[in-house]
Amino acid sequence: MTHRMTFRGVPVPAEPGQSVAAALIAAGIPAWRTTRRGGRPRGVFCGIGICFDCLITVDGVPDQRACLVAAADGMRLGDDGAGLDGTATGAGHDAARDREDSDAAHD
Amino acid sequence: MPHTTDVVVVGAGPAGLAAAVTAAEAGLGVALVDTAAQPGGQYWRHYDPAHARPGDHVGHHGWRVFTGLRDRLDALRADGRVRHLPGRQVWLVTREPEGTFTLRTTATVTAAPEGQPDDAERTLSARALVLCPGGYDRQLPVPGWDLPGVLTAGGVQALLKGHRTPAGRRAVVAGTGPFLLPVATGLARAGVTVAAVVEANGTLGWLRDPVGATSAPGKGIEALGYAALMARHRVPYRTRTVVREVLGADRVEAVRVARVDRDGRPTGPEEEIAADLVAFGWGFTPSLELPLMLGVDTAVDTDGSLVVTVDDVQRSSVEGVYVAGEATGVGGAALAVHEGRLAALALAAARGRPADPATIRRLARAVRRGRRFATAMHRTYPVPAAWPEWLSEPTLVCRCEEVSYGDLRRAHDDLGAEDARTLKMLARPGMGWCQGRVCGFATAGIAACLRGRGSTPEDLRPLATRSLAVPVPLGELAALTEDTTPVGATDTTLEEGGPNGE
Ligand SMILES: Cc1cc2nc3c(=O)[nH]c(=O)nc-3n(C[C@H](O)[C@H](O)[C@H](O)COP(=O)(O)OP(=O)(O)OC[C@H]3O[C@@H](n4cnc5c(N)ncnc54)[C@H](O)[C@@H]3O)c2cc1C
Ligand code: FES
Repeated sequence: MTHRMTFRGVPVPAEPGQSVAAALIAAGIPAWRTTRRGGRPRGVFCGIGICFDCLITVDGVPDQRACLVAAADGMRLGDDGAGLDGTATGAGHDAARDREDSDAAHD
Repeated sequence: MPHTTDVVVVGAGPAGLAAAVTAAEAGLGVALVDTAAQPGGQYWRHYDPAHARPGDHVGHHGWRVFTGLRDRLDALRADGRVRHLPGRQVWLVTREPEGTFTLRTTATVTAAPEGQPDDAERTLSARALVLCPGGYDRQLPVPGWDLPGVLTAGGVQALLKGHRTPAGRRAVVAGTGPFLLPVATGLARAGVTVAAVVEANGTLGWLRDPVGATSAPGKGIEALGYAALMARHRVPYRTRTVVREVLGADRVEAVRVARVDRDGRPTGPEEEIAADLVAFGWGFTPSLELPLMLGVDTAVDTDGSLVVTVDDVQRSSVEGVYVAGEATGVGGAALAVHEGRLAALALAAARGRPADPATIRRLARAVRRGRRFATAMHRTYPVPAAWPEWLSEPTLVCRCEEVSYGDLRRAHDDLGAEDARTLKMLARPGMGWCQGRVCGFATAGIAACLRGRGSTPEDLRPLATRSLAVPVPLGELAALTEDTTPVGATDTTLEEGGPNGE
């Protein structure tokens, strides 16, 4: 059974077992956020949870790594959600700043 | 306080899986923590077994070694001799005054539907550690490498093996090393047109390398297999060639390639190749955050990466900490398995468990042989010395903080940043979400190049050290009790994000 998800309202199918990132790529969506400074589009880069390029809001939970989250039926992707919890990277970096860019629309 | 286990193994790739199974079979109590939901690590990454298909393991080398280890793990788990904690990452490890280790873990995916584990599982305590954190693709910045459609070679492989998803339709696979071959043939098998494999170094020379051939005979056969597959799929293999620039507006449209000399300096005319996917791989970078938190000794390996130094039975410089797999030097899955077994048996022997000395000697020999082979490979496929000359001023070096090569040059020329640590402080490369995992090697190389010298461990270490191994929800950070918190960890984290990241 194919899962049905949405990316900012647009239907995105997924095979059970696929990641959110894989499903988006397979649906022809190579990028789902824009960067804070340059406003540049970003999608998957490392594919294994290292680079954080692929951050996306999943069912209202922001800053999830699309390459690690398993696709599920009815998942809402990329919709802006209020942050549930802060995240500390330990790198002298403020997570809140990225929240804006991780969910900025990519047209 | 959680129950103290004999050993916690971090990482369930080839090294960690072998270590956990071997240690438990030797009678030690074992907990095995791994980021991923499935064991196997990078090499044996596979589709969710709940939805497996017969063809999933075609092209998967050593698959039977994996299923053997996995079956033993399942049996040990059923007997309560291994506690397996998948889907969890260790973000902090500390050594207590009495010599035990405390590991803090967090769920890999916060949005996961399963409930949170109880506190006992969040915090682990162990008398010894076998750290097998593996590594990730090493990257060199090049103009346009931040365009969607540019992925790491390992990431392309992970999408294929783990998700049955080709990341594009027409690919260029570029960088250096034998790993480019399985990526190219994997793509071709999945129906992707591989427009070219672009190899910065000479040839498939390691096939003829006498050290390589005698150290790992199976590898030669594996390489011949790839060569045959490349021929069958008519994949052009261009040597002494590099991608000078990735072209495209909002996504990859083409690459510009050029012939280079031995040091990587462009020599020939440039040429454009159309593609919608570029897979870059320049070897691998070991994942050193956990070992560095414990203060183990490190060194620069033949390939220029920072690695943990271990003795002939995988012991690090810190009592009770064994390290195996890519973290001790990039050398491939077979070597990682040997190292994991060796570490576990040496630890078992140190704890007075029966461990056959002849087996330990045999494994130590296999590890030495594997290391010789790895060294030969690193020499055959070096990162070209002149690579920083490929950069232009606007080329992004740090993708997270969007720091360009020009920013780094200005920090050096105008602000006097003379080493990687100062460059990082002044221009902020490696200060974003990935904490320098992606740009660390490149930034260290640029720092050295700007000073007109080679990279040193002092360039690499500040970019490989992280106060937290992975970002964690603030709630979990706040739950740390003061007495177990190393100073460096709280100083840099709690202050900068309030409950809502203010
Ligand atoms: C993306 C990628 C794809 C690759 N594909 C191939 C391939 O197809 N063929 C090939 O020959 N080689 C491949 N390699 C090289 C391969 O990594 C090694 O040959 C081999 O897997 C090394 O084994 P290992 O046990 O040392 O590490 P790994 O296999 O990398 O396993 C390490 C494990 O530790 C986990 N880990 C790390 N840090 C933590 C932490 N803090 N907390 C919890 N868990 C942690 C990781 O998630 C991982 O599961 C790939 C490498 C990468 C990065
Ligand atoms: S693509 Fe790098 S973290 Fe997901």
